[in-house]
Order: sequence, then structure tokens, then C-alpha cells
Amino acid sequence: MNSAIIFKNVKKSYGKVKAVDGISLTVPEGEFFGLLGPNGAGKSTMINMLAGLAKPSMGSISVMGFDVQTDYQQARHAVGIVPQELVFDPFFNVREMLRFQAGYFGRGKENDAWVDEVIDRLDLRDKASTNMRQLSGGMKRRALIAQALVHRPPVIVLDEPTAGVDVELRQRLWAFIKDLNKEGHTIVLTTHYLEEAEALCNSVAMLRSGKVVASDTTKNLLKKFSSKNLKLRLDLKLNKQLPSNVKRIPHEITGNDYVFELKKIADIAKITESLNAAKIEILDLQAVDTDLENVFLKLTGKEK
Amino acid sequence: MGNIRSQWIGMWTLLKKEVLRFWRVVFQTVASPVITGVLYLMIFSHVLGDRIQVYEGVPYTSFLIPGLIMMSLLQNAFANSSSSLVQSKVMGNIVFLLLTPLSYLQFFIAFLVASILRGVFVGLAIYLVALFYVDLPIEHPFFVISFAILGGGLLGTFGIIAGIWSDRFDQMAAFGNFVIMPLSFLSGVFYSIHSLPPIWQSISKLNPFFYMIDGFRYGFFGQSDISPWVSFFIVSLFFIVLSLIAIRMLKLGYKLRN
Repeated sequence: MNSAIIFKNVKKSYGKVKAVDGISLTVPEGEFFGLLGPNGAGKSTMINMLAGLAKPSMGSISVMGFDVQTDYQQARHAVGIVPQELVFDPFFNVREMLRFQAGYFGRGKENDAWVDEVIDRLDLRDKASTNMRQLSGGMKRRALIAQALVHRPPVIVLDEPTAGVDVELRQRLWAFIKDLNKEGHTIVLTTHYLEEAEALCNSVAMLRSGKVVASDTTKNLLKKFSSKNLKLRLDLKLNKQLPSNVKRIPHEITGNDYVFELKKIADIAKITESLNAAKIEILDLQAVDTDLENVFLKLTGKEK
Repeated sequence: MGNIRSQWIGMWTLLKKEVLRFWRVVFQTVASPVITGVLYLMIFSHVLGDRIQVYEGVPYTSFLIPGLIMMSLLQNAFANSSSSLVQSKVMGNIVFLLLTPLSYLQFFIAFLVASILRGVFVGLAIYLVALFYVDLPIEHPFFVISFAILGGGLLGTFGIIAGIWSDRFDQMAAFGNFVIMPLSFLSGVFYSIHSLPPIWQSISKLNPFFYMIDGFRYGFFGQSDISPWVSFFIVSLFFIVLSLIAIRMLKLGYKLRN
């Protein structure tokens, strides 16, 4: 399978701050790829370098085989970027803005039908003649996505596309982006919503302090870091303490809820027996699977 | 061939957008400077019209008009590129241009031509209104047209530099208030530099606006303070130097791609 995006030992410093510190990463063609990390991890810097908005201090980046610096025109033809901020040109309406954007990529009137199709697919038809200033936040977000698609790029990068978007629109955008991926587009998504990455991405890279701390398929990451958890609601109001053998098992406490990280299923019996012996009443019991959020917190060192 | 067509469409689209941007607010960008220019004309010609004659056989009101046309043309050419760039930077929508395959030269030419067009629109409108007041023949159309284009180009380029350099509206306004305004008022719009003391004559000759206005005025009356070819050469030189600076800034992505 060919590579859609390649980062080769990329570094980017702003003064003494190392925003990206030696990242090498490959996104295969047709992939739905998630770029995860806390604020300041280097996600936006990576996207800015990919888009040509910032220059790497070291290393090289290519999109569909074109170096983003030496073959910048071909590289930019190959990628559509949806910026994180809701930016817009206040002088024009949605259709004008989209046609201009296609025009900058050298696409003339023959592309107008595709612009109208993008407008329809993003449910912007009713707003096509509305000035960008008058659109709601959600509509502006759709217009931004439309803007990234007008030149039919094979690679689409979405920087936090669902930030500040209501649940209904989020679901619709998810469905839309999934369709784009099914049609063959390579998708790169940065998100804070891990649930979003888990639901959409085939593979993810997790970033911390400008470095990749994990990069694998979503499935593999979950498997590698998976642990069965046991969530118990306990009645400990009589100043009772957890028995010492139970206390030793790694756990998190939220109010009366105790989540124990199990090494093996047989531990469940051990815990419940010890609690019974200590006369601690179990009010509720639940088995919980690891999700991407747990993996993320483990890898980025932010366990509670 | 397809590639050349595609490059051409890209630049043409940006030019079209930049022209539409000022045309959508034509009252602010064209009508308003025309009214200001006409007010200058009415007041100065009323106060000084009968008292001063700068060139032999040229009434003061007629003398004034080319200077006013050029001053407005220059100020508006500057305003077009500088305000468009600063606004896009402050609003953040400059990103839509930076993400495209448009080259720095396409970017430069589109902003330059749009600035010249706005300057020329304003200048032409003042000329047409002025024709109601005085008879204003054009003796050398070549100089009128070439100084209009060169002057608009020079200030459009300066606007690109100011727009790229400025991060905020007040920084850009400082260029207008502390550079453009003094240079245009002290350039001989309202007088001939021959009426100044020798020291001020020498200082005026350091002002590029002087050559633009003097050469432009020559196109109308066939009279000027210095040879129009000297002015043409000096203005062209300024235009080339500023263009090289602007192109360099765009090529490096100075303050645009950091």
C-alpha cells in the first residue's frame, strides 16, 4: 500500500521550545488516521507543517509523494485542510467563497457542479447565498469542511472538526467523514474526543511533548493496553477499610465507586470474597473494558 | 498546457476576489475618497484660485486637479493591498490563501493589479467630476497612463509590504498617518516645489511622491518641475526596489508562514 503522508524525523522549534521533536510517521493511503495528544503536544504544529503554514526546522514531510517544501504546489493540490478555528472571509457568501477557493487551485467553471455537490452533501444548500458572517457556528464549520474539499484532494486533514459542535451535527459530520474515507480519501483527524477517535480511526498516533509515544492500529493499541476492570459500588460508611489484599490491587476511587484493574478474571472472586469476609456490602458490580481514553491517559502519563 | 491554464485561473481568481472585495464596499473604497478629493478641489480653488498661478497659462484649479487625482490614487492603491492583508491576518482567513498552490509571484501580481485598479478607479472618478469644474485637456496621454499605473503599482507594493509587516490595524494605520499622508501632502500636490526655499526643494526631491505627481501633471499640461523622463526613471526604480522587497517577503513567507 502506498503512503499518503510521510513525516521523516521532523523537528520544529520556536526559540527554545521544541514543538515537534523528531517525529517519523507514515499514514498509508486510504487510512482513517487519528492524531491524539493533549494541548501543546505538537498536533497543530504537525498539521501546520504538513499544510505549508510552518517550515520544519529539520526533516522532511511529503503528501502523496510530493515534498511539502520542494514540490509545494503538487503537495497542496493533494491535501485539503480543515482548520481548527472558525475563520471566514466576511465579504462573501458560501458559494462565492467555495468557488474562489476552487479557483485558487486552478479549477475553473467546470468545477462549479462539484462545488454545488459539496454544498448539497454538507446540507448547506439553504445557506449557499448567505454571507459567511451570518452563519451559525455549526454552519461555519460545515462551510470550512466544504472549503477543504472543493479541489478534490485525496488527503483530508481535519483539525478538531467537532470542537464546539452539538451532538446531532457531530454525528452527521462523523457519517460524512466516514463516507469520504469509504470513497478512498485518506483522512487525518486530530481530536480531543477520544471516543471520536475510537469510533472512527483505524489507526492512531499519540503525541506527548512533540514526540510520538504510541502509533499503531486502534485495535492493537486497545489490545496491548487492555485490562479488564471491575467497578464496584461499596458501602463503606461505617469507617470500614478495604482489606489489605484488596487494597494492593491498583484501583481508582470516585465517591463510593471503586474501579479495580484486574490481571486475570479470577481476581474478581478474590476481591468479592475478601470484601464479604470484611463485611463490606457490595451495592453494585460491573465489568468495564479499557477504552482509548485509558490507553491515552496511561501513555501520556496523566493517570488519575 | 493544463498547468499553465491552472496557474492562470489561480491568479485570476485571487485578482477577481481582491477587486470584488473593494467593489462590494464601493461607497467606502471609491465614493468616499472621491468626495474627499472634490472637497479639497472646491475649497482650495475657491480660496486660492484667483490668487496663484503656478504654470504659465494654467489656472490654479486646473493645476491642482492632477495632483489631487494622483494623491487619491496613491493613497487608495496603498489602502487596498494593506487593508486586505491586515484584515485577512487579523480575521485568520489568510490561511485559505496560504493553503493553496498559489506561488508568491501569483500572490504578488494579483494584489498589485487589484491595488492599481482601485487607485485608477478613484483617480478616474475624481477626473470625471473635475471636468464639471474646469476644462482639463491631456497633452501627453502616455505619461498620464504610465504614471497612474506606476504610482498605483508602487503604492500597492508598499501596501503589500505594510500589510505583511503589520500584525494589527493600528500598526497599519501608522503607515498611513506617518508615511503616506506626510509624503503626499509634501509632494507638490498643492504647489510647485519652485515656490519653496532651496533647502525644501532639495528635501522634496527625496520624496518619491513628488516625482509621481510631477510626471503625472506633465501628462496634462506639458509642463513640470523636472523632466518627466527623470521622474519616470526614479519612480520605476522605486517600484522595482519595493517589488523585490515584497516578492522576497512573500517568497520567505515572512510573518505569514512561521
